[in-house]
Amino acid sequence: MSRHGDFWRRARRHPGFVVGTALSTLLGLAALVSLVWQPWPPAEIDIPGRLQPPGAAHWLGTDSLGRDIASQLLVGAQSSIVVGVLAVAIGLVAGVALGALASARRGWVEELVMRFSDVAFAFPALLSAIMLAAIAGPGLPTAIVAIGIFNIPVFARLTRGAANAAWAREYVLAARAAGKGPWRITLDHVLPNIANVLIVQATVAFATAILAEAALSYLGLGAQPPVPSWGRMLNEAQAQMFQAPLLAVWPGLAIVLAVLGLNLMGDGLRDLLDPKLARRR
Amino acid sequence: MDADEPLLRVRDLRVTLRTPRGPADALRGVSFALHRGETVGLIGESGSGKSLTGLALIGLLPEEAQVAGSMRFAGRELVGLAEPEWCRLRGDRIAMVFQEPMTALNPLHPVGRQIGESLRLHKGLDARAARAEALRLLERVRMPRAARRLDAWPHQLSGGQRQRVLVAIALACKPDLLIADEPTTALDATLQREVLQLIATLVREDRLALLLISHDLGLMGENVQRSLVMYGGTVVESGPTADVFRRLAHPYTRGLFAARPRIGLPRGTRLPTIPGRVPELADLPAGCPFADRCERVTDACRAAPPPPVPVAGDRGHVARCIHLDTYA
Repeated sequence: MSRHGDFWRRARRHPGFVVGTALSTLLGLAALVSLVWQPWPPAEIDIPGRLQPPGAAHWLGTDSLGRDIASQLLVGAQSSIVVGVLAVAIGLVAGVALGALASARRGWVEELVMRFSDVAFAFPALLSAIMLAAIAGPGLPTAIVAIGIFNIPVFARLTRGAANAAWAREYVLAARAAGKGPWRITLDHVLPNIANVLIVQATVAFATAILAEAALSYLGLGAQPPVPSWGRMLNEAQAQMFQAPLLAVWPGLAIVLAVLGLNLMGDGLRDLLDPKLARRR
Repeated sequence: MDADEPLLRVRDLRVTLRTPRGPADALRGVSFALHRGETVGLIGESGSGKSLTGLALIGLLPEEAQVAGSMRFAGRELVGLAEPEWCRLRGDRIAMVFQEPMTALNPLHPVGRQIGESLRLHKGLDARAARAEALRLLERVRMPRAARRLDAWPHQLSGGQRQRVLVAIALACKPDLLIADEPTTALDATLQREVLQLIATLVREDRLALLLISHDLGLMGENVQRSLVMYGGTVVESGPTADVFRRLAHPYTRGLFAARPRIGLPRGTRLPTIPGRVPELADLPAGCPFADRCERVTDACRAAPPPPVPVAGDRGHVARCIHLDTYA
């Protein structure tokens, strides 16, 4: 009610949040629009019309095989979002479950979960992605699983830390005095009270996932032709670096704006959701 | 169950806490009994072990605490009870009212739901029945405009109203034992009296046993039948409140009373204080815990913990002091 009205009023005055939300919305819109309409079929090869400069017909020009850059960027946004959503979902669900378990049981369970997280955290993400690609073959699903696994310890640590603080609150003691077991307390009292931290982290992890997808696709471990991807566009643009430098600029710009937008939105959310920073009436 | 058997009998309750400085005997053999319909007060300074006794009785001691001795409640032994069993007892048979009404309610749930929760948990009520019962409870704790408060958020209520909500939550399942740990410390003086009288009335109506934990002697004197004075993890004096307050048999009780502020003292009067400070739990003396601050101390006091000595002339009034005779 009034708390929500308050939130939007403060949100409008937060420049980072406004810019970040605008850029993130743009990313989402690009993916949505591309589902129903593209200026050109993104995979259509047109050798005579290759390496065209930006113009009326091809807004951002064409690549070395004559494919329309703008269409590829639009459809590439889909890959970024799919990878981002699923990879964050894997990390969020598994990580929050592990972190909440550690916090509710304490003792050796907590120790086990946290040491497992340390090991998973210390393992280079790129190495595990390459291993996974070697086993399951490269492709978007491999990228999603690899990035998702990387996210699990991130969320597990965050959840456990925030949940431990929530467990120390007096209303949790009161809930225990009312006879609630650890699972009910986790669901009713702990998770709702750490939701804001998790939302912020999910936004930032989304940006990291987009960047990671681009990196994996650039290395040939992510999206495979003909699935368009910003990372692979960068890779393909490399061969024409000196004839057509703009080919690398467009996907690079798309990646930068998407990651910047999500990070700005995440930072803005952190400021807006932090009760210590929120001015109370 | 034996008719004479008290609802709760605590015998030689010992709690050891792990501290950075080594194990600390926080409770050193607390014993008392509590009958149905009886109100008992635990008096003491911070660090005396009174809150710890309350937490032990509801099974919410810190995890690393070691408990020894016996707490028999309605024929069952509570020391060593498994956690799922505790969950069934808490909120249903044994309930607790906490000190801080501002933080003991979850800010994310409306109060009606928080009152109904233990009814759904322990009595298996559905959402509608729990809501109806929550309204009845809010009326019982004399919440003004109870029907409208059912959907209120905790931040919309005043401190006194929140404390009423906490009392309603505690009484929801008609427990046998109510533990109230400094239930009014966070409230204004006028509200303190009101809330305590409310608790006392409800306790009488439901014939509950009440364990009231407080350092406020005035509130104790008005609201409990029997008083236990705690110091250094033991009960140093216990008896009918009127006798304890009149005789002040134990030197610590005497000091406590001398130090309390009173209305009518001349301006600028300095309140007497008890010299020294409450001993650290980790290094409590071997003998009487009060020895280092007591004006009557002798070598015998430091040799061994004093046994409970009956206070002459009173029934059921004992004090752990070997110098009672010289004192009177």
